[in-house]
This record gives sequence, structure tokens and C-alpha cells, in this order.
Amino acid sequence: MAKKKREIDDRFKRFGIVSFTATTKVNDFVSYLEQGKVMGTRCKKCDIMFFPPRADCYQCLGGDMEWFEVSGTGKLVTYSKLQYAPVGFEQDLPYCIALLDYGDYKVFGRIDKEIGDDEIKVGMDMKTEVRQLPEDRLIYVFTKA
Amino acid sequence: MGKIGIIGVGQSAFVRGYPGSIRELAFEGFKEAVKDAQISANDIDASIVCSAPEYDKQRSPSGIFAEYLGLIPQPTFYLESLCSSSSMGLRMAYSLVKAGLHDVVAVIGFQKMSEISSAESQERMGRGADIQWESPFGTMMPAYYAMYARAHMEKYGTTPEDLALVRVKAATYGQINEKAVYRKPVTLEMFTDPESPMAGPVSSPLRVGDCCANADGSSCVIVANEEKAKAMSDKPVWILGLGAASNSVNLAGRDLFTGLRVAELAAQQAYKMAGIGPKDVDVAEVHDCFTIAEIMAYENLGFAAPGEGKELIKSKETYKEGSIPVNIDGGLLSKGHPIGATGGSQIRTVVLQLRGEAGEMQVKDPEIGLVHNIGGVGIYGNVTILGR
Ligand SMILES: [Zn+2]
Repeated sequence: MAKKKREIDDRFKRFGIVSFTATTKVNDFVSYLEQGKVMGTRCKKCDIMFFPPRADCYQCLGGDMEWFEVSGTGKLVTYSKLQYAPVGFEQDLPYCIALLDYGDYKVFGRIDKEIGDDEIKVGMDMKTEVRQLPEDRLIYVFTKA
Repeated sequence: MGKIGIIGVGQSAFVRGYPGSIRELAFEGFKEAVKDAQISANDIDASIVCSAPEYDKQRSPSGIFAEYLGLIPQPTFYLESLCSSSSMGLRMAYSLVKAGLHDVVAVIGFQKMSEISSAESQERMGRGADIQWESPFGTMMPAYYAMYARAHMEKYGTTPEDLALVRVKAATYGQINEKAVYRKPVTLEMFTDPESPMAGPVSSPLRVGDCCANADGSSCVIVANEEKAKAMSDKPVWILGLGAASNSVNLAGRDLFTGLRVAELAAQQAYKMAGIGPKDVDVAEVHDCFTIAEIMAYENLGFAAPGEGKELIKSKETYKEGSIPVNIDGGLLSKGHPIGATGGSQIRTVVLQLRGEAGEMQVKDPEIGLVHNIGGVGIYGNVTILGR
């Protein structure tokens, strides 16, 4: 009898331009991206909001988490436009990485390429939106609010 | 009986493409430190090898080094905290000696960044951040410091010219440091001359001239308890204060983008332990992997108030003749940055300054020196205070 192949939930390998992680307890993050939602987790016991999402709460050491959607707008804390890229990202150059502050949590990501350099201002309100990439990959970007 | 002293310091020249193996590279810094201490390998009770392992082909270099440097059968082990590895190594050596487990410990820092191909290096660069949540966006080390530079400029009005002034100072002293990889002069004009490589954009607002270069190199610091230090050395330099801290790798977990919390915390601890304040520091080495990093260091160490770091460089107060000379060996910007070796090199410079042996780079009669060494973009921070 043939050995049954163990099923591996490696949904996370679809996240980003290049993914360096295949398995995580928060794999549902990718399924939410598929539905157009960027989600973090909240510890039900401690009421702490985590972004990026985590499976384990460092405060109560519990894992009773619920998902929340990154919604509304965040303020652009800072950004940088890259002229050099690591392996796998060369075709994308130039692009901007950035950080948004949502008050209870912050989100690290990229600024939508549709936004011109002169339109980007520290402190501006931005939204986080899901983008489909070729080869069934998923990412999120920051767009104008 | 409590004091811990540094009895020997050494470093290799920092170079591009070292023409030898890692054990030979490590030997260069080690040899200089052992000769400096006027001891032999037998006098060393334990060794700590510090580097960033992603550049190593050799698994577990400590064993190889112990064999090649004549440090067997004494215990040896490997320690890593990215670019601050050898300052963290000094902290570990201090605690081993302070605990009475060993009398004399060698901290050996090294990095042969050319050990791997540039393609391999490019690949590793992409994994320099949080690989689960940041690297999938295509991040690189300069981009993170660039984000700090942008935030600093927005909040405090720091300009690209202020940043360039840091590089101009570094090059001033790099020219007189025979161990530095970059020894040419740099002028302010180069940063606005589109023909100059210094002006080339890397990650806005940082340009080529704002970034330090990779290099191969090694360093060694030999630490001893008070009794041995006094017996072995006629010029021991004492470790007066040590501070260390960590911070969230992912920028989403941070609360400050105009300075490094790890540096602030490590500085507070080190000042408290030494019983001194920023005004007591006569000479400093700070982690200027990027120009903005030096300006933030001025502020995080208390040499300037937040936002006023640029004034120190504009007024040349951090030059050799200024009120607080910083990186009078050319800093990482001129010396190059062989990750695991950098902290040991900074410590060496300050030890030589305190002994009055820094030659052309000598600051006038310093009594207290400080080393600020940062791992990653403020993931790890070490501040060490040394005195005569
Ligand atoms: Zn909790």
C-alpha cells in the first residue's frame, strides 16, 4: 500500500512578490487576501490588536485570537523609493516601501505604483488594498485615501 | 577587585576581496591584539567568535579559529547580533571574567563578505528583514535607514547636505587611516554632481555617498580581570559601562522613526553604570553605516538634543578639534563594514585614543571614550564606555 502523503498547508508561500515562508499558523491571512481583505489578529483576552497577525499572544501566552480587518485610513509615517533590489524584485524597480500608522497598530508594505512621487507626503492618509499578482500571488499596497 | 580591563586590541586592514581564507583573516586581527597585549595564545582562557553567519561557508567557525590561532583546548563559541556582534562579544567576555569563570578572554570579530558571490549576497540581502512579513515586499537594509532619514528630515528639517557633511568628515579621517578601505577625499560638491558616483540614488533620500561599503576584515579585543590586567599590561583601558537593548525587527512594531530606541536605552544603561553623562565623553566611535545613522547617534547618545544632531556636524564639533570628536578613524563610511569585525574595530580605535596611541588621528588627551554599535536597523544596540 502506498504511503499517504502528508498534507501541508503552505498557503503562505503565495504572499508577496517573493515569499520566504511557506507554513505559519496564520495561513488564513492569505485566504483573507483572496477575499480582498487585509486582516490582523486580536487577542480576545487582552484586547491587543496585532499587525502583522500572530497566532500567539505574548502577554497572556494564550492563542484565543479573532481576526479583524485593516480598514479605514492610516497615516504615512515614512517611506523610501528603492533603486536597487534583492534577487527576485529587479523587474519591479523602482518601488516605494512604506509604513502606515492606524493608531492601534501599524502596517508595513508598499505604496501603489500609480501614485506619483510628488503626490507622496509624510502624514498623508492612505488605505491598504489587496492586489492580485501574476502566478496566483497576492500582496497588499497603500493607495490614496 | 571588580574592574575589567582591555589589555590588547587589533584589527586587520579592511579590504575588498581579502586574498586568503577566513582563518587567515581572523589571524591578522588576533596577531595584532596578542602582540599588543604582549602575551601568547596560552594566556587566553576562552575565545568568543563574532560574525554574521549568512556570509560564512564554514559551519561553526569558532572551532576552526581555535585550532588555527592556537586556542585549543580552551572553550570557544560563536556569538551573533548582526553588525553589533563583537560589541555583544565584549559584553559576554566582561560577564565571563566578572563571574570569575575565566581570567582572560579574547573577542574575535570577523567577516569575509566576499566569501560568497555577489548573486548569493544579493539573495541574502533580501532576507535581511522579517522574512515572513517584510521581505516579500522587496526590502533592503539601506531602505530602512532611508525611511529613518526621511522621517528625520520631515520632523526636524535635516537636509541631504547635512547628511553629506557626515561623509565629508568620514573621508577626512579615512585618508589618514591606513586600515580603511576607502581613503579618497569626498567633497560636498560630489553629492550634487550628477557625474559623481557619490550622487547616485540608492534608496531615497540616501545616495551612494550616504552608504558604507562592504569589506572583509577581522578584529580582536582581549579582556582581563583587574589583577591580570595590571600584571600583564602597563596601559590597561577599563570597561566602565555597558548597555545593550533590542527592538522589534518589523518596523510595524516600533514607535520612533527619527532615532533608534536601542541606542537610547543602551546609552542610558552605559552612562548609569559608568556614573557619567554625555558631556563627560571625550572621544566616540558611532555606528555610521549610513550618514543618517551618525546624526541619529549624536541625538540618541545625548551629544545633541533630538533634531539638533545636524548642528554638531555643521559646526564641526565632531571633528578632531571639536568638543566631541566622533569617528576620527573614518568610521564605517571610510573603513568599510565587515559586519562581525566592526564593533571590535571601534573598540580598538577608542582604546588607542585613550592610550594616546592613535597617531595622526589622536584626539587631545581623552580620558573617557564611548562606542556605539548597532545591529541591523536598530534591532540590537550596544553602547560601551571605556576609561583610562
Ligand atoms: Zn493575550
